[in-house]
Amino acid sequence: MLPELGHFALILALLLAVVQAVFPLLGSFYQKPAWVALGQPAACAQAFFLVCSLLCLTAAFILNDFSVAYVAENSNSRLPLHFRISAVWGAHEGSMLLWMTMLSLWGMSAALASRHLPENISARLISVLGWVSVGFLLFILLTSNPFERLLPYVPLDGADLNPLLQDIGLIIHPPLLYLGYVGLVVPFAFAMAVLMSGNLASAWARWLRPWAVTAWVFLTLGILLGSWWAYRELGWGGWWFWDPVENASLLPWLVATALIHSLAVTDKRGMFKAWTIFLAIFAFSLSLLGTFLVRSGVLTSVHAFANDPARGVFILILLGISVGSAMLLYAWRAQSLREEVKLHLWSRETMLLANNVLLVVMTLSILLGTLYPLILDAFNLGLISVGPPYFNAMFVPLAAPLLFLMALGPHQRWSKTQPSEWLGRLRYTFAISVTLGVVLPFVVTGSLQGHVVLGLALACWVLIATLQDLLGKGMRRGKGFTGVWQLPRSQQGMVIAHVGVAVCAIGIALSSQYSQERDVRMVPGDAYTLGAYTFLFEEVVSGEGPNYTTTTGLFEVSKTKRGGEQVIGTLAPQKRLFYVRNQIMTRAAILANGWRDLYIALGEPLDERAHAWAVRIVYKPFVRWIWLGGLLIALGGFVALFDRRYRQKVAQAFQGAIDLGRLKPANAE
Amino acid sequence: MHKFLNPARKKRLYIVLFIIAGVSIALAIMMTALRQHINFFYSPSQVAAGEVSAGQRFRIGGLVVDESVMRVEDSLQVRFALTDGAQEVWVTYAGILPDLFREGQGIVAQGALDEAGVFQADEVLAKHDENYMPPEVAQALAEAGHPTQLSTPDAT
Repeated sequence: MLPELGHFALILALLLAVVQAVFPLLGSFYQKPAWVALGQPAACAQAFFLVCSLLCLTAAFILNDFSVAYVAENSNSRLPLHFRISAVWGAHEGSMLLWMTMLSLWGMSAALASRHLPENISARLISVLGWVSVGFLLFILLTSNPFERLLPYVPLDGADLNPLLQDIGLIIHPPLLYLGYVGLVVPFAFAMAVLMSGNLASAWARWLRPWAVTAWVFLTLGILLGSWWAYRELGWGGWWFWDPVENASLLPWLVATALIHSLAVTDKRGMFKAWTIFLAIFAFSLSLLGTFLVRSGVLTSVHAFANDPARGVFILILLGISVGSAMLLYAWRAQSLREEVKLHLWSRETMLLANNVLLVVMTLSILLGTLYPLILDAFNLGLISVGPPYFNAMFVPLAAPLLFLMALGPHQRWSKTQPSEWLGRLRYTFAISVTLGVVLPFVVTGSLQGHVVLGLALACWVLIATLQDLLGKGMRRGKGFTGVWQLPRSQQGMVIAHVGVAVCAIGIALSSQYSQERDVRMVPGDAYTLGAYTFLFEEVVSGEGPNYTTTTGLFEVSKTKRGGEQVIGTLAPQKRLFYVRNQIMTRAAILANGWRDLYIALGEPLDERAHAWAVRIVYKPFVRWIWLGGLLIALGGFVALFDRRYRQKVAQAFQGAIDLGRLKPANAE
Repeated sequence: MHKFLNPARKKRLYIVLFIIAGVSIALAIMMTALRQHINFFYSPSQVAAGEVSAGQRFRIGGLVVDESVMRVEDSLQVRFALTDGAQEVWVTYAGILPDLFREGQGIVAQGALDEAGVFQADEVLAKHDENYMPPEVAQALAEAGHPTQLSTPDAT
């Protein structure tokens, strides 16, 4: 009964989405306030029914209803409850339903908040959100219905959730990532609405800023957790593989990062309007492309799961329609957003423009590397793969100037700055950063590597210059920390996020250059020494989990300190054999502190009689800094959301803007 | 002509030229980097037909031949054969094999052929999902005339 209700709720949501898509749009063109007014309640009701639908599917998982095909394929009665719940988004159908539910929740919130916007912008925004919903609801109902029943032959038990997904990382990673992915629909719908109206007032850009930042924060957290999960679950010590599925999440993130920066210019200076609109469209297009790449199975990826190509075609059509229509509209209407550009070389606008150009070029280079194999294959020019060397070769030369300018940007004023204003203070910062970048690695390791010096010097440069800017501006407001506290939240958020980037850069530079990795054959009783650490393989024990059996290796780790050996902990890497799928999973054991991770994974048993095992031992310095930096970046975005300017009295901020956007035929001006 | 190039137009022309130059340079760099760092995929049949020369880096994919996996005592060296149903190629690898590596499973390996025609792999990839067949492997099998049940994923 419940699955049928869920299916029915999905159909109702589709009908409501059609109402939401059609009536406000027509109403905005034909001056019918009553039609426009249908938009908001339809968006809310759509979200309500989708949440119901998702709850029905969750209930089917909790109640072990194996008559539902999707449950039978991805769950098992022995699966612990928390994994039964996360199994809802463990495969295609359920993740699309979750994706869609989040889309509708974003749609509902944006529809409710859009009453702060002029009526015709708001109506068209709601309508575009409706169209996107219609497309994806059709996709779910026609190609990936999660409520399909297996009748009359109901399986006795389910085929279990893919063991790789039975991890805490997979409970929270997809929802966060999807929240970010689909959150970009709000800037997209906004851009379309603005293009239809042919007008963009700065105050409307301010309305969009918190939305773009929120989506970006979720995307940041989602990518971060994905990287952490891959590190623990399949990374064998790696945290980023330049894998197509990972790139699919990085691409919209890069463009969203460009978008939040360019929105700042549009908000404060009323410039870059057409460009901002373009980025809003581009970001959502990339998140649709990401969905296509992940869901269609056209790419070979370490994260690829069994997929159905027919679904790929459907998403490709959706992608074509939405991106195509958006780009057509852009080509047709962007002219009306033209503004007189007066850029001074030394101004914050120029810095943000440089940021945008670098981020977009970075995006394009990663996009090219990701799609190139697909393009060649489509034209039968051979099967190829593009590996990490390409992406590293493109990424590093673009990231370096980006970091360099990131420190300079906040020191520039809007409109025009005299270089003498900041040259004095930043001269020393630059000298100190370069010195630190060279001296620190040399003192600690006794040798110098180009990438480390570059990464460290740039990170110090960003760190010091950013804090200098914060303290300088804080001082002007008040004494010590009160001054810093009184700065606008968006400014504080920017500082936290930029510091996060520096921390992340340190983590990437040091962990990728100084990591040590050994695959060794070990028998219980063997010890292996890696640097200052000795790993003693004590024994192998067997055990049992709820739906698997375990083989656990016990390793005693000790560190050489001033001549003496000191035990610092025990590591217990595991092999798990899952009953239902008869699949083996490796669980690495990690001993972490702020400075380094010690990582052990059991490979395979090499010799049953001698109990010999293949063991991977990894020493990874500063790897936690990568995720710590990522968390700071997300935290920065979160803090910026509390900026008072986003909460100003609506009437005050939009006085002029509302007059511009009163209901009237689109081309009245 | 003189009238055509009034200052405003001239400025716009420079901007356009600048953008075109920038984009072409960026594209040229990307394409060069791409050309240097791509790996071609070959099936065991193509390798057996001598389409690849020794030392050239590429990817090979196929099914691990039953009972072909052999370990070398006291090391992590492993040897196995890959097949696309028509031809077999021997692969050696030193390191830890992925959990989903097993005989009969479709895998992709990266590396190069040595003088003896043995593929020296430095990376062996098997996928997340036991029902999943890397698209290249499925295609190679189909071309060799042995399409498998597995080549239509989602077979659950």
